[in-house]
Amino acid sequence: MKRARRILGPAVVPALAIVTAFIVGSIFILITDFTNLQRLGTDPVGAIGSAAGGIIAAYQAMLAGAFGDPGRIAAAIQGGTPRQIAGAIRPLSETLVAATPLIFTGLAVAIAFRTSVFNIGVEGQFILGAFGSAVGLLVLQGLPAPIPLLGAIIAGVITGAAWGFIPGFLKARTGAHEVITTIMLNYVAVQIVLFGLRSDFLRQEGSSQPISKLLDGIARVPGILAPFGIPGIRLHYGFVLALIMAAVVSWFLFKTTKGFELRAAGFNLTAARYAGMSASGSIILAMTISGGLAALGGSMEVLGTVPQMSNDISSGFGFNAIALALLAGNRPFGIVLAALLFGALRTGGGLMQVQTGIPLDLLFFIQALVIMFVAAPGLVRSIWRLRAPRTPTGTAVDGARA
Amino acid sequence: MRLELKDITKQFPGVLANDRISISADRGEVLGLLGENGAGKTTLMNILSGLYRPDSGEILIDGTPRTFNDPADAIDAGIGMVHQHFQLVPVFDVVSSVALGAESVTGPLGTFDRAAARKRVVELSDQYNLHVPPDADIEDLPVGVRQRVEILKALYRKSDILVLDEPSAVLTPAETEELFGIIRGLAANGTTVIFITHKLNEVLEVCDRITVLRRGRVAGTADPKTTTREQLANMMVGRDVELRVVKGPATPGDVVLSLKDIVVRDDRDHIAVKGASLDVRAGEIVAIAGVQGNGQTELVEAIVGLRTVDSGTMTVGGVDITQATPRQVSDLGVAHIPEDRGRDGLINYMTVSENYILDTYHRAPYSKGVRLDLEAIQEGAKEGVRDFDIRTPSIHTLAGSLSGGNQQKVVVAREFSRPVKLVIAAQPTRGLDVGSIEYIHKRIVEQRDAGAAILIVSTELEEVIAVGDRVAVMFGGEIVGILEGEAATFEAVGMLMGGAQ
Repeated sequence: MKRARRILGPAVVPALAIVTAFIVGSIFILITDFTNLQRLGTDPVGAIGSAAGGIIAAYQAMLAGAFGDPGRIAAAIQGGTPRQIAGAIRPLSETLVAATPLIFTGLAVAIAFRTSVFNIGVEGQFILGAFGSAVGLLVLQGLPAPIPLLGAIIAGVITGAAWGFIPGFLKARTGAHEVITTIMLNYVAVQIVLFGLRSDFLRQEGSSQPISKLLDGIARVPGILAPFGIPGIRLHYGFVLALIMAAVVSWFLFKTTKGFELRAAGFNLTAARYAGMSASGSIILAMTISGGLAALGGSMEVLGTVPQMSNDISSGFGFNAIALALLAGNRPFGIVLAALLFGALRTGGGLMQVQTGIPLDLLFFIQALVIMFVAAPGLVRSIWRLRAPRTPTGTAVDGARA
Repeated sequence: MRLELKDITKQFPGVLANDRISISADRGEVLGLLGENGAGKTTLMNILSGLYRPDSGEILIDGTPRTFNDPADAIDAGIGMVHQHFQLVPVFDVVSSVALGAESVTGPLGTFDRAAARKRVVELSDQYNLHVPPDADIEDLPVGVRQRVEILKALYRKSDILVLDEPSAVLTPAETEELFGIIRGLAANGTTVIFITHKLNEVLEVCDRITVLRRGRVAGTADPKTTTREQLANMMVGRDVELRVVKGPATPGDVVLSLKDIVVRDDRDHIAVKGASLDVRAGEIVAIAGVQGNGQTELVEAIVGLRTVDSGTMTVGGVDITQATPRQVSDLGVAHIPEDRGRDGLINYMTVSENYILDTYHRAPYSKGVRLDLEAIQEGAKEGVRDFDIRTPSIHTLAGSLSGGNQQKVVVAREFSRPVKLVIAAQPTRGLDVGSIEYIHKRIVEQRDAGAAILIVSTELEEVIAVGDRVAVMFGGEIVGILEGEAATFEAVGMLMGGAQ
């Protein structure tokens, strides 16, 4: 019971924040539903009924778009052609594909946050990780099988880790604030990629766009469903690697001495110094690991999900990751769940737009509301009439004790 | 005005903070409210100031029952609070800080009438001998003066009942004396003063009557003229407490800590320690006395490796530690109880067990390669909690939610959990209640008797004399005298602390 409360307790506010956001989202659907609003005067019952139906239809479409139709999946697996199976499970697999980079970048943000370092540079580290992998793959192409792929992944991770190390080192040695340096290094990273993509070595011949040669012909992170002969499914082992990394990060933070140092430094840098820990070492280590994780995400994206490197390889994964880490309370497994939610919103929104005409923007609206509610736990607790939890300072009980 | 609280009861989840408490104070009387941390003093004060509402019971002012829905009601009723943590705006000057929220206005636009406010501030300051500079900025004022600004703020709001919460916690002995003078003056002018503290000497010195609280109840009322410290301590704790430190004569052995001509700078790059030399031997306690801010903090930080030394040499057991890191110093068997446990000694958001291994996590048995041995950590923490009688719901409780005494026990338990050759204890009992002070002192003496060298830094004269086998006095960054045994009297140490040679 106690154990259950310790594990589930932190999930209460995020879960209620999600529910609240969807409720507010439905109000948004209502007040932009002009057809029914116009009918409200002449046929109130019908208007309200059809408006409520509209909301249900929208969320149903979203669910179907994100996870697929269970009945269709079951039927397809039992006796469908590979093509039918692919069609049935594509929504779910696309959700997982969308979640993959978010898991990596979310973990990257969280590990830095846990050390009280605000790594706003995850976006740049992700992009450079992808870039490093693309360059690595092109350099190593032609070598015997796993070498190009593994070499490309390692090249990407090293690039991103180095990109995280720089602001960490600057903060530890000179006190330069990491928020400023990482934001600025994001711009530098984008320019490096644009510059690189203009070189003959990388540029796709005949294209004026900043895109690289096709990489998917050289080596590829294997698809999970490829052995079953199901076509057109992008889900690859990068997703599995993301789950493994969540477990590794959790183990590292809570079960190792280095992780203990990072967390101690994150909560109270002076006390950590007094206890003999190296504050600058923790900051540099956290930023380097953070950069490496972000880069691994970029590497999986360019080597598994998309066919080639481009300057818009990241659609804001690094920035969404900050919101995501907040939603997950910097807990590794929370990040997996939050990334799946964000991924589902992304893929589900498409079908919703097609089927109900409600714009995709609703989902960004809901996503933003989720974050806003998580950032205001007091608001969520008062909406749902929950008691405030006990914290080390400022609780009623402590007031009595002081 | 006469203040009376009748059968005040306040229940928090799991804690009955106030259990039918009745106290009263007449016009012009100084009532001491004495109790350990957790006795219910602060809750009672928050009820009186309108922050909490009692579950039952009455507040009577001059015989009339009053209900406070918020602090404004309490202020209107004439109750003024001086909190332990000052409620002043650092960048405002004294007049603005005092008038804030009770500004007199002038002109058609209702602008702040500063001249009128300043006039009253000066009047009140003169009337009660507060010596407050009206135009100085708060942030430039010493702590003692800021406290007087707080008192002035209450008087400005026409408070007839003044509540002081642990007012001496932040003051030097001289400032405390000055405060007592002000309190007597206020009482003579008809103000009712409620003086909340856990310090026995203070209530005996300044109060007309003392009410002792214990575990949320009134344990008794005493007349300071006929009561002894021992009797008060007994009422507070509920058992006899050894107020003296019990220890046999020291048996000094080899020199463990040796400081030679140490020069250290403070954060503002001024020289804080000007060539200090001191030897601490195994089996003896050397206490460094001195008013806060005479270089003790910097000296301690230098010894434990947190601050770089300008010149001079330091050795522990013959090993040079002048350039050593905190980890290297600690590995030589140096235990460090930091001055500010909340900021430096503990991580409030980590659990008791995590705090227990904060500086030993990287060693056996707590680490195995890169891994933490969680089982060994639990075992160790449970042992520490048991051995040091740390009152905590479990070892997984966040350290920040423990009482001050128990937090300090966590720090001491951790520091003494490994073999110790030298103990550096800075203000080891600051802000603790009598029971905890007794306990911490006992543990430190045990370490001495086991052969460790002990260096204690304290601003409390009483502690220095009670605990120290030798007393070194710091003044203006120098060690101005070392007094041995009987020579270390209150008068002798006090004179040196004040700068007399």
